[in-house]
Amino acid sequence: MCAEHYLEVKNLKKHFPVKTNFFGQTLSWLKAVDGVDFHLNRGETMGLVGESGCGKSTLGRLIINLLTPTEGGVYFENQNIYDLRGSEQKRLRRKMQIIFQDPYGSLNPRMNIGDIIAEPLYIHGLAQGMGAKKRVRQLLDYVGLSSYHASRYPHEFSGGQRQRVGIARALAVNPELIVCDEPVSALDVSIQSQVLNLLEDLQNELGLTYLFIAHGLNVVKHVSDRVGVMYLGKIMEITDSQELYGNPLHPYTRALLSAIPIPDPGLRRQRIILKGDVMSPIDPPKGCRFCARCPDAFDLCRDREPELVEYSVGHHVACHKVRRDAAG
Amino acid sequence: MQAQTNIDNLESQAAHEAHDGLEIEQLKPGQEAWRRLKKDKLAVAGGCILIAVVLVSVLAPIISTHNPNTVVNSNRLLPMGTPGHILGTDHLGRDMLTRLLYGGRISVAIGFTAVGIAMFFGITIGLLAGYYKGFFDTLVMRFIDILMAFPYVLLAIAIIAALGPGLLNAMIAISIVGIPYYARIVRGTVLSLREQEYIEAQKALGASDLRILFKHILPNSLSPIIVAATLDVGWMIIAASGMSFLGLGAQPPTAEWGVMLSDGKDFLRAAPHISLLPGMAIFIVVLSLNLLGDGLRDALDPRLKQ
Ligand SMILES: Nc1ncnc2c1ncn2[C@@H]1O[C@H](COP(=O)(O)OP(=O)(O)OP(=O)(O)O)[C@@H](O)[C@H]1O
Ligand SMILES: [Mg+2]
Repeated sequence: MCAEHYLEVKNLKKHFPVKTNFFGQTLSWLKAVDGVDFHLNRGETMGLVGESGCGKSTLGRLIINLLTPTEGGVYFENQNIYDLRGSEQKRLRRKMQIIFQDPYGSLNPRMNIGDIIAEPLYIHGLAQGMGAKKRVRQLLDYVGLSSYHASRYPHEFSGGQRQRVGIARALAVNPELIVCDEPVSALDVSIQSQVLNLLEDLQNELGLTYLFIAHGLNVVKHVSDRVGVMYLGKIMEITDSQELYGNPLHPYTRALLSAIPIPDPGLRRQRIILKGDVMSPIDPPKGCRFCARCPDAFDLCRDREPELVEYSVGHHVACHKVRRDAAG
Repeated sequence: MQAQTNIDNLESQAAHEAHDGLEIEQLKPGQEAWRRLKKDKLAVAGGCILIAVVLVSVLAPIISTHNPNTVVNSNRLLPMGTPGHILGTDHLGRDMLTRLLYGGRISVAIGFTAVGIAMFFGITIGLLAGYYKGFFDTLVMRFIDILMAFPYVLLAIAIIAALGPGLLNAMIAISIVGIPYYARIVRGTVLSLREQEYIEAQKALGASDLRILFKHILPNSLSPIIVAATLDVGWMIIAASGMSFLGLGAQPPTAEWGVMLSDGKDFLRAAPHISLLPGMAIFIVVLSLNLLGDGLRDALDPRLKQ
């Protein structure tokens, strides 16, 4: 892949030890992220979709260096973020931020909203005293809250309001890239769209880049320029949003798409029901990790792990069947 | 149709939020706990008794009419209610009330100081072990497990045996015995807090470990510590008196409740008040601390929030 991508993820792996013997040697590993490659362009929104437990949050945390990878690297403006130390690391922290899934767990219950949002200002010495107060008011305004909210505590807020506070905190350092880890999945449907609209407005206004994590394709559909589909620690298919919804190639993507309800009752679509359970990410066997549930699996799938191959411009798929069909 | 539903949604949500605003009183988490504590009659009683005891002990030299250590042979073993000696005298003719007041000073001071020392070291160890995990955690916590494997009193006696008897050494001993307790509580809380997303958010923002530990983790692990400490002051007072009773702590003629209890044990028939009064004093102080501690636990427990 070319080198000038804004952010490039290369062969990223994160394995958690799950069983150790008496001497502290690891007997088995949970491969939460197991060799992921993709890139982000500046200013775009990339959706990342997959079932619960497939490693989306782990990937998001790796990208903003909250976790250290087992293998691989993340290149932000051609710098491997895991090589940065001390003040360089701190400078990077200002460029990348995260918004969390759980609006109840992501705010310190003993700090008022003003202090929560001012923390990043103090940490990076961006403002003090009256300056900090003014900046907090400005940030509250950005996310659609009022300045009198600053003296309140998290428990006085609804989920949607808390999520706004989390967004304001992330914005306080003027980041360029924000990892949104299922920012709306804990919210009521009516509030979901408000928060999504807010994120979109902020992106237009501030030129932000988003990695937008969700567990269903329906949420990502409206917000993403490109979408990656993850299954058990691997990217299965990655392409433009339109291409993905119009021409899905991977059997897993198709199954996910068929699960989105269609609002028009006159239109019927064949629903692909996946058989079997999700395989455990602990010590996955060789071969394609989706093959046990795949309607199109054949011998090769159980034998060799498919690689991510580009079929048309920017459309990458990891599937033997697709490869065979493309070969003719 | 679609648009209509959207407007409905927005309106109901606005109503919902306005309702929220009215419903919830704007109180800090601390203030809310304080309000709940005030409603708990037993805890309030415990707190009042405790304040009274502390006041009376501090003011002992002003309140009392006698010298706690003056021996008056003609006044030996006077019963309670004797004019001039409301609570009687002991086997050396010393005024019981005066000695109780002075004993309270020592007991209260020892209780709070020992808990303070145990808390300081226990919290430090617990914070570091829970936050950094790894080798330090394994090493320190195994050592703490070993300490906890001994019965409290036995361990305290062993430490005094090594340091030599005396009030200060007894206090050091019971402080050391208390450390593992706090280290355990704090480590447990830190282990669960460090996985919280608001702590992760601080890391993502680039906060230093010190800032995360003291500004975010410590304040949130404070409530179990406060409850434990309140209950523990009582335990420390009993332990200190116990050590003195055994002759390992405060030494005669010091007016100390454990020493007084021990003094009276030879006169239980003739003058039971000599042992009974310091025993009652210990009982009341420890009971009030426990009532207050239980009340605090309920007040600080967010699950009981209405
Ligand atoms: N610190 C950890 N130690 C051990 N295992 C972990 C750890 N963090 C995550 N895992 C495991 O890694 C796998 C992926 O977890 P992750 O949180 O990334 O999933 P997810 O795709 O975000 O799921 P969800 O949609 O439920 O948020 C899970 O099986 C999880 O149990
Ligand atoms: Mg997740």
